[in-house]
Amino acid sequence: MANSGAAVKTAPWRDPAARPYVEIERVTKSFGDFKAVDDVSLKIYQGEIFCLLGASGCGKTTLLRMLGGFETPTSGRILIDGEDMTGVPPYERPVNMMFQSYALFPHMNVEQNVAFGLKQDGVPKAEIAERVATMLELVKLGGFGKRKPHQLSGGQKQRVALARSLVKRPKLLLLDEPLGALDKKLREHTQFELIGLQDKLGVTFLVVTHDQEEAMTLASRIGVMDHGEIVQAGTPSEIYEFPSSKFVADFVGSVNIFEGKLLEDEPEYVRIVSEELGGTIYVSHGISAAPEAVVWAAVRPEKIFMSTSPPQSDGGGSAHGTDNVVRGAVQDIAYLGDLSIYLVKLPTGKVVRVTQPNTSRHAEAITWDQQVYLSWDASSPVIVTR
Amino acid sequence: MNYRRSFFILTCLAFGFAFLYVPILSMVVFSFNASKLVTVWDSANSPTLKWYYSLLHNDEILDAAWISLKVAVMNASGSVILGTLAGFGLARFSQFRGRFTLNAMTTAPLVMPEVITGLSLLLLFVALEQTIGWPAGRGITTMTIGHMTFSMAYVTVVVQSRMATFDTALEEAAMDLGARPVKVFFLITLPIIFPAILSGWLLAFTLSWDDLVISSFTSGPGSSTLPMVVFSKVRLGVSPEINVLATITITVVTLMIVGVSFWMSRAARIEKAGA
Amino acid sequence: MRRRNPFSRIGISGRGLVVTLPYLWLLLFFVVPFVIVLKISFSDIDLAIPPYKPLIEWVGKNALAIRVNFNNYAFLFTDSLYISAFLNSIKVAFISTLLCLAIGYPIAYGIARSTPTTRNILLLLVVLPFWTSLLLRVYAWIGLLKANGVINNVLIWLGVIHEPITMLYTPFAMYVGIVYSYLPFLILPLYANLEKMDWQLLEAAEDLGCRPWQAFYKITLPLSRNGILAGSMLVFIPAVGEFVIPALLGGPNALMIGRVLWDEFFSNRAWPVASAVAILLLILLVPFMMWYQSVQARESAGTR
Repeated sequence: MANSGAAVKTAPWRDPAARPYVEIERVTKSFGDFKAVDDVSLKIYQGEIFCLLGASGCGKTTLLRMLGGFETPTSGRILIDGEDMTGVPPYERPVNMMFQSYALFPHMNVEQNVAFGLKQDGVPKAEIAERVATMLELVKLGGFGKRKPHQLSGGQKQRVALARSLVKRPKLLLLDEPLGALDKKLREHTQFELIGLQDKLGVTFLVVTHDQEEAMTLASRIGVMDHGEIVQAGTPSEIYEFPSSKFVADFVGSVNIFEGKLLEDEPEYVRIVSEELGGTIYVSHGISAAPEAVVWAAVRPEKIFMSTSPPQSDGGGSAHGTDNVVRGAVQDIAYLGDLSIYLVKLPTGKVVRVTQPNTSRHAEAITWDQQVYLSWDASSPVIVTR
Repeated sequence: MNYRRSFFILTCLAFGFAFLYVPILSMVVFSFNASKLVTVWDSANSPTLKWYYSLLHNDEILDAAWISLKVAVMNASGSVILGTLAGFGLARFSQFRGRFTLNAMTTAPLVMPEVITGLSLLLLFVALEQTIGWPAGRGITTMTIGHMTFSMAYVTVVVQSRMATFDTALEEAAMDLGARPVKVFFLITLPIIFPAILSGWLLAFTLSWDDLVISSFTSGPGSSTLPMVVFSKVRLGVSPEINVLATITITVVTLMIVGVSFWMSRAARIEKAGA
Repeated sequence: MRRRNPFSRIGISGRGLVVTLPYLWLLLFFVVPFVIVLKISFSDIDLAIPPYKPLIEWVGKNALAIRVNFNNYAFLFTDSLYISAFLNSIKVAFISTLLCLAIGYPIAYGIARSTPTTRNILLLLVVLPFWTSLLLRVYAWIGLLKANGVINNVLIWLGVIHEPITMLYTPFAMYVGIVYSYLPFLILPLYANLEKMDWQLLEAAEDLGCRPWQAFYKITLPLSRNGILAGSMLVFIPAVGEFVIPALLGGPNALMIGRVLWDEFFSNRAWPVASAVAILLLILLVPFMMWYQSVQARESAGTR
């Protein structure tokens, strides 16, 4: 999870008096009848790394391009550092973008690429040379100044693109799927480098990605988008542990969702009966829902305990009497080294996904078709009403 | 991809290319034939370079070549400017008043029979001369204007199709970094599509250099181009000096094409690698 | 996905500046001339320079006489020479197009199916003749086809024939010339179209039981329709008005309308008649040109 930089350690989004650095006010973008971005409002604070997370076609790239000035909103306003930038063209914005394809100018070498933006601003030659050199050092491309883009590897090209967009010290840096083209090892390494760089320079980042792992690693806050709307915005742990809808619960990480109806609805607890589960779920916090409403209980796979013997009831362990426990048969096992994924089939037909770390080298091997008890803490399920 | 080709296709390819090249090669071979009859090989005196000397001292042909050169260079340079503007505009601006007309006007010359274009241009020049006094008689100026009119259509096609494969992200990145659209065009777009513009220049040059019909309509006394001279000679039958001319032309064209295509593929490779 | 256009922000006035110059040029030097040709096609022949009477004349102080003479057109329609020239031109162009297709399609197909390196070399070889002067290449055929030309000499030397065959100055020579000259114009757009084809479709068809020829007929051919049409138009339309090839290879009996126009203009100094011929030719060809335009538009829409 992201080490929130010094600027955001105080979580400014929780402070009603804090002034947002970037404000997106009820922005809509329509292409004919199609609404790519639908009435989106968002506040981004200085020094944040904000991630827009969503599947292809959800509108995140369109929103990014509107911030960059490449599209104009059909309605709504965009303010950056207090100024209305809604109709301002890209060459007049204090915003820079790092493109997914890097878009390095093939006919210029690395130095000229990085210097391009400074030249457009009329910065004196000596200063350009100095700033370019500093920036290249920062992205660890010190001696690469005279090389041309076609002589660089993928990772090196990415750094040049980053250097080029950061050298102008923009108020906001937009990153379009920054790590998509890199292989896994390089991706992980670059993720932490990005965070380090951002921390050092204090630039506000807005990242667009479809990779939830990337979002979770980089972001101080994530905005999950679906069909042009932001369905939830919050810190990675908020999104993961407290999803506000089935969609978010399912989109970020894996989840088991049990449909059920409210049995008892009290301020301190809630009991739900679920046909899918073939049992009852006890949740140790209240929710707001209409009586008799259909609700869904989302339980993360790693929060489910699996054992061959019935779990102890009450006091400390999982389960809650006859709530939060169910029996099933192991249908499939996937061994991933650090953990194993078990698919357990319940008598109702529902398949539950359970993950367990392989903490012991000689685990009490749970094998296929074995009868197991699944149980979870009363605090684990998240109830969503849509 | 499966690269298999049937025997039938391979035979067709072989015959096809033979068909294309046998006439060309025969012209080259017979340029070294001593006999005035050209196609009857005079083995006693051939191969010889005597027709090469003869051609290079033929004033009529040399003068015509010089005029052709002047017209071709002016035409190519002018067409490239007009064609690049039109090609860029058509590629990047999806809507503007007169787009349909401009599009039609840049595709029609590609297929229109040259006799029609030639006749209409001549009649225009005559009418203009009558009403405003310019152009005073026909010659190099009118020929150049005529050539430019159809050459620019070809350049437009070349530039337009190059712009279609051009990565718009490069232009966006330049704008994002602070360059206004005009600067983006000159600093980013133009340098990168330069090979296409160059090939457009060469195309326009060649079209003008080889043009007979439009030149015949729009030329005046004393401004005969090389094709016009060749045509008047060739109407009467074969002539060994024409073979020599053909050989020289083919050699130059081959070197040019091979050179340009090497350069273009290298540039394309570089751009792809940089993406 | 919608094509992104970074220049979409430029306003109407900005765009206007870019396209105005080429637009005006073409308007003045391409479109306006046609109007003038139309005008002159309605005027009388005059023994003067220029050899036509003006259409609109001041008669006296306050009267304008507009004399529209339909004789030129009447002449063209009644004299069998011109009618047969038009029809012959269409026939020749049509047959030439078919011949170009027959020879050119396998070539384009063969190139499209080659490895990238071979492909580039082959394309270069196709394009090279195109850049060499048409005039010279047609001239080459004179040397090949005449009575003591290369082909006859080789055949006699081989003993296949004893008397030279008359090939030059026949319709045969004209067809050879046209097909030879226009072949690259057909191969290139057809190749461009075939190159974009997904060859796995053929593999899928064969996997499902189709024989190679059937697969070609049912899949490749229909998909290459746009390329065939574009290439055919690029051959047919200019071939109808072709002048040089009939003049050099066709002999006095090769009646092509382009030649007729040339002769009317240069030999007979009958500018109004030549103009009328041009207008009729234009009317004949415009539908084909529009068809070509729409094929091109469809092709580029498909690739987006």
